[in-house]
Amino acid sequence: MAVSTGEVHVAINSDEDIILARKRGRALATEIGFVATDATLIATAISELARNIVSYASKGEVILRVVNGSNRKGLSIIASDNGPGIRDVHQALRDGFSTSGSLGMGLPGVRRLMDEFEVASEPGRGTTVTVKKWK
Amino acid sequence: MEVPILKQGDVLIATFQAALSDADLNQLRSGLVQRVVRFRSRAVIVDVTAMDVMDSFASRTLREIAHMIRLRGAETVIVGIQPEVAFAMVQLGLTLEGVATALDLEEGLAYLKQKFAIVH
Repeated sequence: MAVSTGEVHVAINSDEDIILARKRGRALATEIGFVATDATLIATAISELARNIVSYASKGEVILRVVNGSNRKGLSIIASDNGPGIRDVHQALRDGFSTSGSLGMGLPGVRRLMDEFEVASEPGRGTTVTVKKWK
Repeated sequence: MEVPILKQGDVLIATFQAALSDADLNQLRSGLVQRVVRFRSRAVIVDVTAMDVMDSFASRTLREIAHMIRLRGAETVIVGIQPEVAFAMVQLGLTLEGVATALDLEEGLAYLKQKFAIVH
């Protein structure tokens, strides 16, 4: 694991990779001193984001990065794909909205788990969701 | 990784050993429903103590398992949801509405015995 650089890349190609991504995320979160509850929130957020990649785009990547704030450390998760993109990001952020027949908990739920949340998406080009959790 | 399913009298006990992939969860669902039919089981306990993440897919699958088993006239109890996992589930907006839960295997069995007179 490339922990020395503070950055871990996990390719997401199947549902097995969802487990790998969240394991790596939990390990990295624990390593930089997140308490167990926060490490679980982070692992759960990674699971949802990686699942979105598998459900909507088939493949993509999750990048886990240690970030330094003014006086604290944090973990940033970047989940990106070249899938169909999200036509209406505002709608996708509303609770209960889903286009893949899932629970529709995805993005609004992930937003509640983390401290910072950002979505960039272009229809036909793909989606990048960036979230951060501070210690 | 396949989830072992134990038969104890009228009760089936499925114990998660590690993180499960979507395929494993789907397999558990069909495995449990088949066994409930084959053994004419009256209850199922799913022990998720070893589960460190419960995301939307896992929670939906557990709910489906419980509802399918209820349609067979049997009961399901989910036991062992860890405190951090419960915290994350609530934040994420996941509920196991309509599904019985208990602290651990022992409490789960006690619940079945008390409420439905099901003895393992």
